[in-house]
Amino acid sequence: MKRILAASLFGLSLATSGLAYAEPVKIGVITTLSGGGAGLGIDARDAFQLAIKQSGNKDIELVVEDDAQKPELAVQIAEKMIQGDKVDLMTGIIWSNLAMAVVPNTVAQDVIYLSVNAGPSALAGANCNANYFNVAYQNDNFHEGMGEYANKDYKNTFILAPNYPAGKDALTGFKRYYKGALSGEVYTQVGQTDYAAEIAQIRASGADSVYFFLPGGMGIAFMKQYAQSGVGIPVMGPAFSFDQDVLPAVGDAALGVKNSASWSPDLDNEASKAFVQAFKAEYNRLPSVYAAQSWDTANLILSALSKASVKDKDAFRAALKAADFKSVRGDFTFNTNQHPIQNIYVREVVKDGDVLTNKIVATAFEKHKDAYAEQCGL
Amino acid sequence: MFTALLIEQLLNGLQLGVMLFLMAAGLTLIFGVMGLINLAHGSLYMIGAFACAVVASATGSFWLGLIASLVAAAGVGALIEVAVIRRLYDRDHLDQVLATFALILILSEGARWLFGSFPLYLDIPKLLQGAVPLPGGGQYQLYRLAIIAVGIVVAVGLYLLIARTRLGMRIRAGESDREMIAALGVDISTLYTVVFALGAALAGLAGALVGALQSVQVGMGEPVLILAFVVIVIGGIGSIKGALVGAVIVGVVDTMGRFLLPSLLALTMPAAQATTIGAALASMLIYVVMALILAFRPSGLFAAQS
Repeated sequence: MKRILAASLFGLSLATSGLAYAEPVKIGVITTLSGGGAGLGIDARDAFQLAIKQSGNKDIELVVEDDAQKPELAVQIAEKMIQGDKVDLMTGIIWSNLAMAVVPNTVAQDVIYLSVNAGPSALAGANCNANYFNVAYQNDNFHEGMGEYANKDYKNTFILAPNYPAGKDALTGFKRYYKGALSGEVYTQVGQTDYAAEIAQIRASGADSVYFFLPGGMGIAFMKQYAQSGVGIPVMGPAFSFDQDVLPAVGDAALGVKNSASWSPDLDNEASKAFVQAFKAEYNRLPSVYAAQSWDTANLILSALSKASVKDKDAFRAALKAADFKSVRGDFTFNTNQHPIQNIYVREVVKDGDVLTNKIVATAFEKHKDAYAEQCGL
Repeated sequence: MFTALLIEQLLNGLQLGVMLFLMAAGLTLIFGVMGLINLAHGSLYMIGAFACAVVASATGSFWLGLIASLVAAAGVGALIEVAVIRRLYDRDHLDQVLATFALILILSEGARWLFGSFPLYLDIPKLLQGAVPLPGGGQYQLYRLAIIAVGIVVAVGLYLLIARTRLGMRIRAGESDREMIAALGVDISTLYTVVFALGAALAGLAGALVGALQSVQVGMGEPVLILAFVVIVIGGIGSIKGALVGAVIVGVVDTMGRFLLPSLLALTMPAAQATTIGAALASMLIYVVMALILAFRPSGLFAAQS
C-alpha cells in the first residue's frame, strides 16, 4: 500500500513538474537563535516564516537551524543541509564572520545563497559569485550613509567597531564619505560586554562626536554604560546599534540618536505598511531592519519561484536577479555584483507612545551602489 | 589629561576585578570545600541578573531586585545542589563537568523559554546615576565605584566569615578533611548545601550588579565564567585570598592591555594596523599572564594546602 502511494505520488510529481511552483522547494535557514546575538536571528527567522506563511505556498519546506553565532557550527550545519537535506536554496546568516565561513563553500557546490543580512566586502568585489545574492546590503553601505550625514555637524569623530569582517567594513565605509578628522579608531572584541576602557579613551580623546557599530547585546551594553559615564559627546551609528531589537533594553538613553538604514518602520510605501502591520499582528512587536531584509528575501524567492523552476539554475538565477517583487524598501534593484541598489536613510530614535522606535529624518543617498561592484566580473 | 585617563582605567580594571572576584570566590569555595568543578556557576550569575530585572521592572525598585537576585540564585543553587550536584561528589571531574554543562544548557533554555531571547531592561538605581569628579580632572561613573565598594565589603565579609565564625571553621575543616569532620558529628551534607548556596548567591549578586551595566540576556554568564576560571587558576584553587588577588590582576591587566597595547604598537607601525593587532593581542594578554604565572607557580599564587 505504502509503495503504491509512493509510486502514485512520484507519478503525480512528474506530471505536475511543468508547473513552476508546484514542485517541493527546500530552503535551508541557518541563523543565530541562541546567545547574545539571538534577537537578530529570531527577527530574521520570524519574518521569513511569516512571508512564506502569508504566500500560502505549501510546497516550500524550511529547514531552520541555530548557528549559536559560531562559525565552525555554521559550517557543519551548511554541510549537513547541502549533503543531507539536499536543500535547493540557503539563507539566514546574520554575522559576516559566519558568512565568510559558509558562503564561498556553499556557492561553489552550486547551491544558491541569499543573504538576509551579512554583506562582507570580500564577497562583493572580485570574489562575487553568480550563486550569491545579497538582498540586504554590502556591509559598508549604512556606514557610508552616516559618514556622509556626519559631515553636516561634526569635524572630529571617535569611531568604534568589533574586530571582525563587518566591523572593519563598517569603519571603512564610514571613512569613505566622512571628511572630518578621526580622534580615535578602536576595534573591540566580538561579544564584548564591558566598554569602560573604551569610554575612558573617548572621554580623553577630545572628539566632538562618536560613531559606533555594535550590533545586538554589545550595543545595549555600550549605550547604557556611555549614558552613565558623564562623557556627553553626541553619538551616532548605523541602524544595527539602535534597532528595534535593542531599543527596549537600552531605554531612554537612545532618544534622539541619529542612525542610518535602508528601511524604517515609518517608511511610506504600501509593502512596508502591510509588512509592519502583519508582523505586529503575528508577533506583537515592531519589526527590525533584520526582519525587513528577511521579509524581502522571502518575497524575492517567492517571486522567482513563480517564474522559474528552482531546478533550472540559470533560469532561476535570472528570475532572482530581475528582483520582481514588492520590496518594503521601495525601489529595489540588483547591481551587477548582485548586491542591492537602494536608498539609505537617516533615522532618529523617537518615542511613539511608550515604545521606542525610529523615524526617518533625512535621505543620505538615493539609489546607492556599493564601492566594490566594479571589481566584480559578473 | 593622561593621568586622569590612567586613573580612570585603573579604576575600570579594579571594577572588573571586583566583579570577577564575586564570581571566582564562589567558584573557588565550592571547588576547595567540595572538590567540585561547577560549570553552571555562570548560569547562577544569569539567574541573579534575570531575577533582578524582573523584580525591578515589576516593583520599580532596583534594591528589591537586588534582594531577589540573592534569594533566587541561592535558592536555585541549593535546589540544584540537592537534586544534582550531591550525586557528583564521589565521581571524577569529567562526570562533574558533563553534568554541570548539562545544567548550563537546561538553565539557559529554561530562561529563554520563560523570558524570550530578547534582552531585558534593567537600569541603574536613581541614587547611583551619573558620574563623580576624579582627582586629576577626570570623571568616573558613580555606579562602578559602588560596585568596587560592594566587592570590598564582600571580601571583608567573607574573610570574617571564614576566619571568625563557627561556619567558617567548619568550611575550613571540610576543606582539609571531610571524613574527619563528618566523624566529629558535623552534618556534612547540610554544610555543602550552605556553601553551594553561598557561592550561588555571590554569583547572583554579581549578575544583578553587572546586569544594570550591561545587558540582561540568556548566555550572559559563560564569558564571565571563563574569566572566573582564569582567576582561580592564577590565584590558586580553593583560596579566597588568591581569588581576590587573581581577580584584581586579571581585571587590571585586561583593561590596561586593551587601552595601552594599541597605542604602544602605534609607535612602531601604521595606526590602522596597530589598532587591529593591538586589539587581538589585548584579548590574549590575560592568558599569557596566566601561562607565565603557572610557569613559575604551578599551583597558583596562593595555593591552599591539600
